[in-house]
Amino acid sequence: MSTYDKKYDIIVVGAGHAGCEAALAAARMGHPALLITMNLDHIAAMSCNPAIGGLAKGHLVKEIDALGGEMAKNTDQTGIQFRRLNTRKGLAVQGSRSQNDMDLYRKRMKSVIENQPNLDIRQAMVDRLLVKNGRAYGVETHIHEKFLSETVILTTGTFLRGLIHIGLDHFQAGRMGDPPSVRLSRQLEKIGFEIGRLKTGTTPRLNGRTIDYQGLTAQYGDKDPRPFSFSTAELPLPQVPCYITYTNEKSHEAIRKGLDRSPLFSGIIKGTGARYCPSIEDKIVRFADRDRHQIFLEPQGLDTIEVYPNGLATSLPVDIQINMVRSIPGLEKAEILRPGYGIEYDYINPLQIKPSQETKLIKGLYHAGQINGTSGYEEAAAQGLMAGINAVLKIRGEDPLILKRSQAYIGVLIDDLVTKGTTEPYRMFTSRAEHRLLLREDNADFRLRDIGYRLGLVSESDYRQFCKKRENVKNLMKRLNDTKVRPESGINDHLKNIGASPVTQTTSMSQLLKRSEIFFDDLRSLDQGLVDIDPRVSLEIETRIKYEGYIERQEREVEKLSRMEDLGLPEGIDYRAIHGLTTEVREKLSKVRPVNLGQASRISGITPAAIMALQIHLKRGSIIKTRDLEEKGAANGI
Amino acid sequence: MLQNDDTISAVATPAGRGGIGIIRISGPRSFEIAKKIFTPKIPIESFQSHHLYLGQFYDPFSDTCIEEILISFMKAPHSYTREDVVEINSHSGYIILTRILRIVLDLGARLANPGEFTLRAFLNGRIDLTQAEAVIDLINSKSEMGLSLLHKQLQGSFRKKIEEIRKNGVSILAHSEAAIDFPEEAEVMSQAKFASLIQNELINPAESLITANAGRRIWVDGIKTVIIGRVNAGKSSLLNQLLDEQRAIVTPIPGTTRDVIESTVTIGGIPLRLMDTAGLRKARNEIEKLGVSLTRQKLSEADFVLFVIDRSRPISPDDLNIVDQVREKNTLIIINKIDLPSRISKNIFDKEFRGFPVTNVSALTGQGLDQLRKAIQDCLIKDGADVEMPDIAPNLRHSTALSEAVKSFRNALHNIEQDMPMEIISFDLKTGLDALGEIIGETTNEDILNSIFSQFCLGK
Repeated sequence: MSTYDKKYDIIVVGAGHAGCEAALAAARMGHPALLITMNLDHIAAMSCNPAIGGLAKGHLVKEIDALGGEMAKNTDQTGIQFRRLNTRKGLAVQGSRSQNDMDLYRKRMKSVIENQPNLDIRQAMVDRLLVKNGRAYGVETHIHEKFLSETVILTTGTFLRGLIHIGLDHFQAGRMGDPPSVRLSRQLEKIGFEIGRLKTGTTPRLNGRTIDYQGLTAQYGDKDPRPFSFSTAELPLPQVPCYITYTNEKSHEAIRKGLDRSPLFSGIIKGTGARYCPSIEDKIVRFADRDRHQIFLEPQGLDTIEVYPNGLATSLPVDIQINMVRSIPGLEKAEILRPGYGIEYDYINPLQIKPSQETKLIKGLYHAGQINGTSGYEEAAAQGLMAGINAVLKIRGEDPLILKRSQAYIGVLIDDLVTKGTTEPYRMFTSRAEHRLLLREDNADFRLRDIGYRLGLVSESDYRQFCKKRENVKNLMKRLNDTKVRPESGINDHLKNIGASPVTQTTSMSQLLKRSEIFFDDLRSLDQGLVDIDPRVSLEIETRIKYEGYIERQEREVEKLSRMEDLGLPEGIDYRAIHGLTTEVREKLSKVRPVNLGQASRISGITPAAIMALQIHLKRGSIIKTRDLEEKGAANGI
Repeated sequence: MLQNDDTISAVATPAGRGGIGIIRISGPRSFEIAKKIFTPKIPIESFQSHHLYLGQFYDPFSDTCIEEILISFMKAPHSYTREDVVEINSHSGYIILTRILRIVLDLGARLANPGEFTLRAFLNGRIDLTQAEAVIDLINSKSEMGLSLLHKQLQGSFRKKIEEIRKNGVSILAHSEAAIDFPEEAEVMSQAKFASLIQNELINPAESLITANAGRRIWVDGIKTVIIGRVNAGKSSLLNQLLDEQRAIVTPIPGTTRDVIESTVTIGGIPLRLMDTAGLRKARNEIEKLGVSLTRQKLSEADFVLFVIDRSRPISPDDLNIVDQVREKNTLIIINKIDLPSRISKNIFDKEFRGFPVTNVSALTGQGLDQLRKAIQDCLIKDGADVEMPDIAPNLRHSTALSEAVKSFRNALHNIEQDMPMEIISFDLKTGLDALGEIIGETTNEDILNSIFSQFCLGK
């Protein structure tokens, strides 16, 4: 047994997408951090699909970037296909998605971490948290080496008691090829954490040389690919296509033949899987009337033959996997390089963490990523970043950073977790955000850049660039309001050309832009001064003008709600002592321990009458406090 | 959700109690709203706080005067809530009160939650904790009783209809939400199909629910309940007991009640519009004849009948005559005057009144009143779907929410026609569904996800 001679402020256990962001944030904020991983070659591994972003997930990545996280930059540097989704469904629900070279993704992140001052890395398996008086003070590894720290962040992914299933075979593993973490899980249970079991799965990987792409539809990236990061000027890698194919009745027949050896349907897998990420056998059984399912063939990198057939996640026996794959057009001769598998793992119900992600049970211990019941690289990275920030703020004795639901998808994510908990792997959707129109990918910087800069995570030059953009948006808005067109033939001819109705009176450019048939690009030809406007600036303006009424409505809603968010509930509040709460309400409040009235009101089953009782209780508290102060004042002769 | 700094309004007097109803408005905009709806009888330079003014209630939306009212302005902090408060006194019944309140709400006030005036009074230091907690207890006990009751009421076809509309709405919204959240997988519904679904499955049924119920008395007015019985059986005394006050003139002279007297009383959360009637007997003069025929007419329109029998006298042909008239009605037999010895023959009673629910009471002493209230509730809320009481449920809160929902669905339709993007149409639909969800206490978000994953095969 030995104790390492260097003491850290923050120890991060696990170097996945959550762990990397956590460690980087802590170190960048100037606090010595140690990142411990079982395998230094697997830092930031993409265990599942080789893609980042998508709907709501792209929003998360942009927010991570606005706050000064690394994910967006890493994605831009290693992306081999960029697409913007939903360009016709509205301005707020457009999401960015990229295909990435998995190996490059890993390597670049490792290099960023290696070169980060204040950040040490170490290969080891953590067996035990060091806890004293309800406070975490370090970790101990499986070779009995102790590392001491002020705070510990657990980002255990699928490793806690991980159990891999392929057909009726199963074995312990944290991920294919990596050992599981068993002792740590047992210790957490012993400490008193309520532990649950989740399940996820992945597809077989195919040999690209054995795929016949002839006759398959290619899916290319955007012609003008746009980076994730607000700081990225250029995307360095060449763009490659994915290919689309479909399962057919033959594939479904092959799958049905294997259902008797499916760990999912034979009840061997006990963990709960995600409804939005069903295995192919699940789709066949649940949607028996569908005659085909779409499969995206995604390259895992530029110089690898491995291909990820997205849509074929399975835990069926390998012989069935082979038959299923070979029944699909283009894959008739495909060879499986690695079989698909299902994995069960422990998670810790997130009702047991605070909005700062510190656990309620152990001070100085933070949870981020799949340990909180989420799924997805982006959800993990977002929590990792916030846990890193909040661990630092805790050490500094400052208030935690808690983003509001109206401020960021990250806020929605964490609030959902700590207020409602989760029983299935939680994925972000835009429909989870009630203030969706305010939370756009493109205004993530307007929402969060200031915060990132204040924390010291956004560089001086990046921040100056943002300030300039903000200034430009302001100026352009003024220009569009001030520039007016008269109902002259030149103007109206032009409007006619673009399919818009003519103006009958003097009209400002912003009024024109408000019309549904006129876009910013149409204005460029009316006003020469608009020709050189940066599209990022004009998009922001276009959105604000076109959605003015709706944005205002949501902002008013937010304004109303914010008063509830401002009414804090003291941490040690005894809900049993509050007059007028039912037993059920008391139990729920005691379990969740909401930080303010707003959060309390979002707990299911909390009635308006209960909120009223809480308000009365809070007011009563403040009356007593004032009275105490007055009495003390009187005693002191003031 | 509770908010403490907007302007709220509600009818401040219990429904049906007494002849005067008061609508209270509290909050920063209360004076501004009040001035828009009040036309003083004598022109007034400036209103003074804590003075009563006589005038007309003016409906700015239809540009008509509705009713003579008394109005008072109480400037903060010298008011019950310590905010600017306006009180509108009206002599009219529940219908007019509701109409006035509706206009006040349309002008920007929010319908106050139960106990909210008191909450504000407490938060602003006007009343002490004990009083505030007493109000919480009251709300809790009411809503406990109210909940089970509301639950039962909402079991009716009203709830079913709302649930059906909402279910359809969630499923329609799931289409657009799936298309948004799974852009590479979900199919996008054509605009025409989308529009026709919104029109046919949301707007039409929601509107017909509003109009169907708007025409119904109970929607605003309670269950039409007729108190009937022989002359001097104690109908008026009973009414007074239920109303806790002397509403009808009670004298021992037979035939005193000649008008049909109406009052609204809430029993177990159910509004009853009580109509006392002239006793049914062979009329001795013209006036009585008129009274009796009026009673017959009211009886034929009644939803519910309280048949009062005087047990201190034997069953008479008049009683039997009434039984024949109420056989088809939802009727509760009330044996009155249990403070006096019974002179009713058990044989005759069992024979003639078989099948009717019966309860005993003394309208004079009040004995048996609680059992009477319970018996009334039991008559009105029977388990099983065959009870024709669906229209009890909708109150002002419900109808406001329904109109709100229709407005949002119409916006969605309009925005589809305007070719607005899907996220905007989703926003409108969701706003509408949230309004419907408020009526039956459901939230929308999780439902949409559930609907998406049960309808569509999504996820890679």
